[in-house]
Amino acid sequence: MARRALPIGPAGWLGAGSASLVLALSFGTLGAVLARSGGWGVLGPADWAAVRFTITQALVSAALSVLLAVPAARALARRQFRGRGLLITLLGAPFILPVIVAVMGLLAVFGRSGLLNGALGALGVAPVSIYGFQGVVLAHVFFNLPLAVRLILQGWLAIPAERFRLAAALGMGPPEIARFLERPMLKETLPGAFLAIFLICLTSFAVALTLGGGPGATTIELAIYQAFRFDFDLGRAATLALAQFAICIAAALAALRLATPSGFGAGLDRRARVQWGADGAALRIADALILTLLSLFLLAPLCAVLAAGLPNLGGLTAPVWFAALRSLGVALASTLVALLLALCLALGIVRLGGGRGRALETIGMLALAASPLVIGTGLFILARPFANPATLALPVTTLVNAVMALPFALRALLPAVRDEDEGYGHLAEALGMRGLTRLRLVTLPRLRRPLGFAAGLAAAMSMGDLGVIALFADPGHATLPLQLYRLMAAYKMGDAAGAAVLLMALSLMLFWLFDRGGRVDADA
Amino acid sequence: MLTLERLEITQEAFHLTADFSITPGARVAIIGPSGAGKSTLLAAIAGFVEPSAGRILWQGRDLGPLAPGKRPLSILFQDQNLFPHLTAAQNAGLGLRCDLRLSPAEMRDVGTALERVGLAGLAARKPATLSGGQQTRVALARTLLQARPLMLLDEPFAALGPAMKAEMLDLLAALAAETGATVLMVSHDPGDALRIADQTILLAGGLARAPQPTGALFAAPPAELAAYLGTPGTRPQRGPHKP
Repeated sequence: MARRALPIGPAGWLGAGSASLVLALSFGTLGAVLARSGGWGVLGPADWAAVRFTITQALVSAALSVLLAVPAARALARRQFRGRGLLITLLGAPFILPVIVAVMGLLAVFGRSGLLNGALGALGVAPVSIYGFQGVVLAHVFFNLPLAVRLILQGWLAIPAERFRLAAALGMGPPEIARFLERPMLKETLPGAFLAIFLICLTSFAVALTLGGGPGATTIELAIYQAFRFDFDLGRAATLALAQFAICIAAALAALRLATPSGFGAGLDRRARVQWGADGAALRIADALILTLLSLFLLAPLCAVLAAGLPNLGGLTAPVWFAALRSLGVALASTLVALLLALCLALGIVRLGGGRGRALETIGMLALAASPLVIGTGLFILARPFANPATLALPVTTLVNAVMALPFALRALLPAVRDEDEGYGHLAEALGMRGLTRLRLVTLPRLRRPLGFAAGLAAAMSMGDLGVIALFADPGHATLPLQLYRLMAAYKMGDAAGAAVLLMALSLMLFWLFDRGGRVDADA
Repeated sequence: MLTLERLEITQEAFHLTADFSITPGARVAIIGPSGAGKSTLLAAIAGFVEPSAGRILWQGRDLGPLAPGKRPLSILFQDQNLFPHLTAAQNAGLGLRCDLRLSPAEMRDVGTALERVGLAGLAARKPATLSGGQQTRVALARTLLQARPLMLLDEPFAALGPAMKAEMLDLLAALAAETGATVLMVSHDPGDALRIADQTILLAGGLARAPQPTGALFAAPPAELAAYLGTPGTRPQRGPHKP
C-alpha cells in the first residue's frame, strides 16, 4: 500500500542531526588532522603491503566467521537445552572481551607454550605458530564468530513463531523450512553480518599489534598508529586513514545493495512451541556436536585467563581500582551517547525511508570505516586551544567509543524499528500516537530486546577499549585496559593477570546487566 | 455526512473512482471482488493513502490535510489491531487518550467499556492470552471509547467463525446504534452486508458505486455483483475472483 506523503517530522530531523554529528566526527576529524599536517603524506611499499594484508586477512576472517556461525545459530535457534541461555550470553563474551585479555587467553591455548602445542608436542608434531597471518585470523574468528552467531540468531528469532507453525502445518521439513523461511532471512542477515565483521577486521589494530606486526602482518590501523607514535607523520596517517575509508565504504555500498527486506511482517508474540521438523537423531547429534565445539573454542581461552588471574585478584593495587572506576564512567557515558545516536538514526532511517533513509543508514555505518585513532587525534587537535590535553583524554575516549559502538547498536536496532513501523505504524497513526507518546508506548517497549543488547555491546566495547587512550593519557587518567597494558609492559605478569580478570569481569557484567535487562519479561 | 467528491486513487496499474455521499448514521457495507480496492478506499478515507484527485469531506470539511489520528473516525484493520505488549485495558484506553495518561474517571470508563463488550475481569490480560474473539472485543471497546462519528472496518472479523462473526457484527451494530456512528464496513461476505448493513457500496471494475439499499441490491444484482456472487440467471462476464 502506498504511504501517504508525510512531512519530515521530528524523527527525521533527529536522524539527520545525528547523521551530521557522525559525519563531522568521521570526516571532520580527518580534516583536522590534514589541516594540521599541511597535506596528504606519501605511502611507501610497506604501507601498500599493509593495505594488501588488511584486505586479505579481513576477507578470510569474515568469511570463516559467518560460515561457521550459520549452523551454530540454527542449532541454538531450534534446540532447547539446559544452559542454552548461558551459552547465548557467553557468545557475547569474546566480542566484548577486552582485546588484551582475549589475546592473553589465546596465547595460553594456542601459543608457543600453550595447551595446543603441548598436546602436539606430546604427539611428536612440530609446534604451530600463533603469530602472523594465521594468528591474526584466529583471533579475529575468536572475536567475531560469536558475534556472527548472535546476529544470525537474532534473524532466526525475528521470524515469527507463527511462520514456523504455518510451515509445520504445511508438512514442511528442514529443506522446505530452509528454502521458504531461513534462506530469505539469511539473505537479509548475512551481508550485514559479513560486512560488520569484515569492517571490524579491517580496522582492528590491537590484534595486529600483539599477534601480527612486522612487514608481513601489519594492518592499516597499526600502520596509522606507528605513523602517529613513532614518526609523528600526521600526513601519512591521514592518507592511510583515507585508504581505509575507501576500502570500507566500497564494501559497505556493496553490502547495502545486497541486502533486501525479507518482509516477514509482525506476529503476535505468541510463545508457541516452534515446530522445526528437525527431530531426527542425526540432526540432533550434529547440532550437539556443533554447539560443544563452539563452547570449547570460546571457553578454553577464558578459563586460561581465569586460572592465571584469580589467585592475584586480592593483591590489586589502588591505581588499578581507580582505573577501573574511570573505565566504568567512560563506558556508561559512551553507552548513553551511542544509544541516543543509534535510536535517532534508526527512527530517522525508517520514518524517512527511501533514498534519504538509505543515506542515513550509510552514514550510520561510516564509523566502522573510520579510524578511531584518527578521530581521537582530530578531536585533540580541535580541542587543544580550549582545554588541557590530559583532562581531555577521558571525554575524547568516551566520544570515540560511542562512535565506534554506533554501527553495532544501529545494526541491532534497525530491524526491530522496521518491524515496529510495518507492524504497528498504521495502528499508532490511526490512534493519533505521535512523537514522545509513540516512543514511550510503542517504540521503546517493542525495542526492549535490541536496546538492551545494543547497550550491552556499547558498554562492554567501551570498557575494554585500548586505542585512543594509549596515545594521549597520562598515568593519572589511565583506563583499566591501559593500566593492564602498562603492567604487561612492565612484566608484572601476576598483577596483569589479576587486572585482566577484573577487566573481564567488569566488561561481562556490564554486557550481562544491559542485555538481561532487555530480555527479561520482554513481551510478557 | 461523509462525501467522496470525484475521488480518484491511482497506484501503479490500479485505479479507483468514487463520487457519492453517505447519510449520517447509516451502516454501509463495501462489497466486491478481491483486488478491487475495498481496503484501499478505506485506507484513503482513514488517511493512509493519498488520493490522486478529488476530496474526502466530513460534514463539509475537507479531511485531506488531517493526519489519520486527527480524522473524525476510528478504524479496525484485518489484523494488528492491538499492541501485544499492552494489556486489554491499556489497548482499550488508547481510545480515550493515546498517551495513556488516564484519570481515575477515564479508567472507570475503560472498565465500563470492557464490561460492555463482555470482557469483565480480563482487563489485565495481554492479547496473546486472549482468544481471537476476545481480541476483537478489546478492539471494539477501544472504538467505543474513541466515540468517533465514523467507524471504518476492514474485515476485522474475517478470521472468526460464523457464530462468533455474527455475534461481533451484532455487537458492532448495537455499539453503532448507541453512539449514532456511521459505519463503513468492508466485506467479501454478502451475509455480513445482509445482517447489519442497510446500504451497500458495490466496488468493481475500478468504480465504487453509490450506496444502495442492501436488500434491493442483492434481490436484483447488477452484472458485476452477480459475477462476484456467482449467481446464475444473469450474464457473468468473468469468473468470480476468489482470494
